[in-house]
Amino acid sequence: MPAAELSENKAGHRVDYTGAKMGMWIFILTEILLFGMLFLLYSIFRFRYSPEFHSSATEMDLFLGTANTAILLTSSLTMAISIEAIRKGNKGLSMLCQFLTLVFGAVFLVNKYMEWGAHISHGIYPHSPQMEQMGRGKIMFYSLYYVMTGLHGLHVILGVFVIAGMLVFTARGVVNRHDFVKIENTGLYWHFVDIVWIYLFPLFYLIA
Amino acid sequence: MEVTADNTRSFYSEEGKYKGVFSWIFSTDHKRIGIMYLTAILSFFAIGVVLGLLMRINLISPGRFMGERTYNSVFTVHGVIQIFLFIIPGIPASLGNFFLPILIGARDVAFPRINLTSWWLYMTGGLMIVLSVFIGGGAPDTGWTFYAPYSIRTTANVSLALFGVILLGFSSIFTGLNFITTIHRLRAPGMTFFRMPLFIWALYATAWTQVLATPVLAVALMLIILERAFAIGFFEPALGGDPLLFEHLFWTYSHPAVYIMILPAMGIVTEIFPVFARRTIFGYKWIAFSSLAIAFFGYLVWGHHMFTSGMSDTARVIFSLITFMVAVPTGIKVFNWLATLYKGSIRLDSPLLFSLSFIFLFSLAGLTGLTIGTLSLNIYLHGTYFIVAHFHYTMFGGAGFAFFAGLHYWFPKMTGRMFNEKAAKTAWFIMFIGFNILYFTMFILGLQGMPRRYFQYQPRFQTNHIISTIGSWILAAGLIIMFWNLIRAIFRGEKAPMNPWGGKTLEWQIPSPPPKENFEKIPLIEHGPYKYD
Amino acid sequence: MTERGQAVESFGNKTYVVIWLCLLALTAATVAAAKLRFTDYAVIAAVGIATVKAGLVTTFFMHLRQEPLIIKIILFLVLAALMLIIGLTFSDVWFRYR
Repeated sequence: MPAAELSENKAGHRVDYTGAKMGMWIFILTEILLFGMLFLLYSIFRFRYSPEFHSSATEMDLFLGTANTAILLTSSLTMAISIEAIRKGNKGLSMLCQFLTLVFGAVFLVNKYMEWGAHISHGIYPHSPQMEQMGRGKIMFYSLYYVMTGLHGLHVILGVFVIAGMLVFTARGVVNRHDFVKIENTGLYWHFVDIVWIYLFPLFYLIA
Repeated sequence: MEVTADNTRSFYSEEGKYKGVFSWIFSTDHKRIGIMYLTAILSFFAIGVVLGLLMRINLISPGRFMGERTYNSVFTVHGVIQIFLFIIPGIPASLGNFFLPILIGARDVAFPRINLTSWWLYMTGGLMIVLSVFIGGGAPDTGWTFYAPYSIRTTANVSLALFGVILLGFSSIFTGLNFITTIHRLRAPGMTFFRMPLFIWALYATAWTQVLATPVLAVALMLIILERAFAIGFFEPALGGDPLLFEHLFWTYSHPAVYIMILPAMGIVTEIFPVFARRTIFGYKWIAFSSLAIAFFGYLVWGHHMFTSGMSDTARVIFSLITFMVAVPTGIKVFNWLATLYKGSIRLDSPLLFSLSFIFLFSLAGLTGLTIGTLSLNIYLHGTYFIVAHFHYTMFGGAGFAFFAGLHYWFPKMTGRMFNEKAAKTAWFIMFIGFNILYFTMFILGLQGMPRRYFQYQPRFQTNHIISTIGSWILAAGLIIMFWNLIRAIFRGEKAPMNPWGGKTLEWQIPSPPPKENFEKIPLIEHGPYKYD
Repeated sequence: MTERGQAVESFGNKTYVVIWLCLLALTAATVAAAKLRFTDYAVIAAVGIATVKAGLVTTFFMHLRQEPLIIKIILFLVLAALMLIIGLTFSDVWFRYR
């Protein structure tokens, strides 16, 4: 249903809650296609190099991967709670949970950094002399690993910054119980980033 | 232009906290953003035309005016500019931005600040592409399609140009997102989906395509950049990759992209025919749904750009079949337009002339599209001038001429002035003649076997190349007359009334040019958009 | 919240915690299943469980149920389009990579 004459928020900008959520969902659809194409590449190369993908997966750090999965899932929980809190006007709880989400995101990134670091120190990175000795299937596995977890990691970094911004907005009252669509949209983005990892995890760590 | 013919203040008059240039480049007013896009888009078009003319000059006498590497760069940059900086943003970003809110009875788009961001992304991307010509390894010479492995190996400035294109992609995505939300949320009371002007339906279908296809391009181009920087190997057989995968990713975007180009163009002529035939549009719902059908089927045909690249037979047969299907909704539109005109009270003004020639040129384009969609014929015609002719008939004869139709139709509303009708008709005629001499000859060249993107050729092709080049000069002359006419009218044209053509849609009920808030009072809509008795 | 400023229904923290526990349980299940070495079936099972997890996140954390119908339709269409694109690409790749 159209909302031709809209109310205005504190900054004088027109506010349309449904429209704002719609815009965010459409953005998420674009991200589905973005990652979807990389998953397509993954499925093509997995089809082509099935045994090498299996064996390469055994070289992944299952503990770190599982830990990261649990961390992101928990961060989605804290994100959801923070939105529920501000919806009820509980600014303190909301800010605490936003902060926890941020921390979980940061821990995820630290784990990723250590994982990548371990691989790189063993000489496994694109165009390394070691990589070029490995079979083609293995090279494709690791290239996909770096590109897909790298792009995902960039999205996590961006999400952490946005949540930090939301923390500031909540503190200042720009995000409040009457106008919290900004943080709801941030939540949508963050949950999406979580979903991408939910798929990345089995495809790189569990297909041994 | 600050004051209209009825002595009201238009959106050109300055208010607000920014002055001068800043009141434009920081403006979130969709009309100002539309005008800024229009200026940039037409400027890039002019550069693209010059590059095209340079190509044609080389082809009269290959090697006399430029070397091979230069020629490769000229046709690459010509394609990149005309496609990514002119035609794809083209109608939606300029005329769409200006008229979408007005046509649905709204004051602006759903996300005005994102709209401004789209423009800034467009300008930054354009700047990067232009810069890539002058710095570093020189302009890309891969063709606008950037196929691996050459795009990975060449020392030209591919990564910078690609990054510019990726920014343009984001600009396109944000515009699409904005339009979809605007159409869903900001229609005036009483304006149901089926009372919207059909230009809006066209923009709606286009917007979904922009949103859902462009991310695929971002992936394809990002992977080329990563390949050049880090040798990740997805398109490199020695490392386990496959260059054909780049083509799959590239065309999965670039085929829907051609529908981004043509759907808004069809929307424009659909607006013009009722007005200049004084009849309501024939088959409103058919036109609306066919726009959606074209957008949907357009996703499933990309393989027809790859028939000779080594794809499996199964894939080729499937893609050829679906390609035939996508012609059907387009045919439906052509019949609807002709039925609208039939027994109408025709006023042969310049917007109608451009729209009529659109039908002719696009039909020729579409029919030749069926020719090359036929798998067996494509084996022979792929990579020849037949393809070049086909896509210039669709993109230039089709989308380009429709763009000019829209420019003339909406010129009085955007500027508050009238152009010289006689000069417009003259320009149109010269352009039409020049266009066909330039490009029809290419169909013949293609059938004779002349390959595209070739710097030089066998002597038997020379006569047709010379004829084609002469056509390019005639076309250029027509373009110059057309733009000179319009630019002169901006400064010296007669002041335009509110409704010079007798249109029935909402833009003709507000002053020319419109005031900042579009409507004094949001209208209540009680009937469809083309109510001619 | 609607334009009139009323809060729409939401799920409540208790539900969120329950869903979170389900997600963790499913994660544990999928790791355990992977160790059982059914190879080919393992991939399908892993992706299947991942899809269930994604569905839980989408429905409960992202409130998909409460969004306008157009969003649900388009989400479905996008996933369908993705499947079609993957399928059409495989119509090429399947026959060439044998």
